[in-house]
Amino acid sequence: MSTLSLALTDSATMLRRNVKHMLRYPSLTLMLASMPVVFLLLFVYVFGGTLGNGLGGVDGGGRAAYVNYVAPGIILMTVAAAAQGTAISVAMDMTEGIIARFRTMAIARVSVLTGHVVGSLLQTLFSMVIVVGVALLVGFRPNATPIEWLATLGVLAMITFALIWLSVALGLAAKTVEAASNYPMPLIILPFLGSGFVPTDSMPAWLRAFADYQPFTPFIETVRGLLLGTPIGNSALFAIGWSVVIALASYLWARRLFNRDPSR
Amino acid sequence: MNTVTAQPAIAVSGLRKSYGEHRVLDGIDLHVPTGTTFALLGPNGAGKTTTVQILSTLIGADDGTLRVAGHDPATEPDAVRAAIGVTGQFSAVDNLLTAEENLLLMADLHHLGRARRRQRAAELLERFELTDAARKVAATFSGGMRRRLDLAMSLVAEPSVIFLDEPTTGLDPRSRRTLWQLIRDLVAGGVTIFLTTQYLEEADQLAERIALLDHGKLVAEGTPSELKRLVPGGHVLLRFAGARDLGDAARLFPDGTADHDALTLQVPSDGGVHSLRALLARLDDASVEVGELSVHTPDLDDVFLSLTGRADNTKVSA
Repeated sequence: MSTLSLALTDSATMLRRNVKHMLRYPSLTLMLASMPVVFLLLFVYVFGGTLGNGLGGVDGGGRAAYVNYVAPGIILMTVAAAAQGTAISVAMDMTEGIIARFRTMAIARVSVLTGHVVGSLLQTLFSMVIVVGVALLVGFRPNATPIEWLATLGVLAMITFALIWLSVALGLAAKTVEAASNYPMPLIILPFLGSGFVPTDSMPAWLRAFADYQPFTPFIETVRGLLLGTPIGNSALFAIGWSVVIALASYLWARRLFNRDPSR
Repeated sequence: MNTVTAQPAIAVSGLRKSYGEHRVLDGIDLHVPTGTTFALLGPNGAGKTTTVQILSTLIGADDGTLRVAGHDPATEPDAVRAAIGVTGQFSAVDNLLTAEENLLLMADLHHLGRARRRQRAAELLERFELTDAARKVAATFSGGMRRRLDLAMSLVAEPSVIFLDEPTTGLDPRSRRTLWQLIRDLVAGGVTIFLTTQYLEEADQLAERIALLDHGKLVAEGTPSELKRLVPGGHVLLRFAGARDLGDAARLFPDGTADHDALTLQVPSDGGVHSLRALLARLDDASVEVGELSVHTPDLDDVFLSLTGRADNTKVSA
């Protein structure tokens, strides 16, 4: 068997293992999906009326306008929450004896990690379906064509893939499960420090400089543009660039962490 | 091309490993012929687990020449991994999967193929008395069941060298005996077993050769009977009511060692029924009254204690 087909076969085996874990213990998956839902409801019903008036858009402002504005940010927050779940799962898995067994078997080592990545990707897409469903129920009215929906799915899968590799690396780097649950915290905060909840031009200049150039702003603007027809500009290019850089760097980091000699 | 028969399953020379300043293994030589059972015996912290971790490619050695199933764990880890099975001290099962799923997971990772995987899992469940628990999640298992599953998982691909790192630590006597029988059956099947244990009885029961590891060094190596010969032989201890009886008995057995304070006489003996009967007859003939008699045959405990326990006092620190 060639190296690549070995890696694919073993990854599929590891994916089945991770999916079984998720189906048997769905509480983490449900928790990851409910967190962004809570934020969505909070922002729509508590802050939405006032924030919507401040958008200054053409669609009359208020809560109805704000649902449309905030939904893409909440969808990206779903990815960040899922990343936290991945880091926890990976760190917990590394404390299990079974990982030591995998290390003494002639398997494609990276499959332990790719199993987690693909499993988390499916978990995140599941969460996103729930979040989008709830958003539609509370008044989210995207005007995307089927092609745009498909493109949205592709963009979200790409971003999720990158951030999950990052959280796999964070989960491996963490010495304890508690640390692993803290490391991805900044990812949850980043949508706030970007265009997730309010337009960045309402921020002070120094904060705006950060907000415009951090990865979540192009992520959110790309999704917003695809779903609602707002201008995308060069956001799509930046979103792709950030995703490639994050995915590649995180993959290399995670692989190095996993292959290091556990005795050193 | 007939070097295969002469090739040992495990050959180690000059193995060294340190964790920072702490020297865990300090120049170990091991030779385990194919198809034999070898026990590495030692107290906690002697370096047993580290040895297994190095030989099973889990961690690297600092120095030494290693061959496991003819391959170097450092340069050809996958060739070693393909030949070995490892059952660790801390059981390496997936707690969230059932017994059957754990075995199927191993079968898939060994690429056994669709039909063969189910067949192999069923065989092992049957052999390790786990059929009833096949569909239960491993997290609910008792210590003995978990260890049996762990061993079964190591055997899915029929490895030629099996590492058992303290396989019965923490098990009750019944589970321990069950596991011993399973290990004996494996040996009968022709595999090589590298066992670590802190139980002398276990090494005595299972292994053809035993090496005693203490503070990262081998302090003795041999068959169980060779090791037993390293300590003073068996004897009968006679206790008397008075000094007169002791004196009489000491004259009857000039090769005995008398302790006049404890009123005991230690007479060399193999401890067999025949020699005991002869000994008692001689005492009867001379009308010597014996208060108490105890037979002492040397066991590996004597070897263990005399070579590791007292070694602390005499060892010059390196």
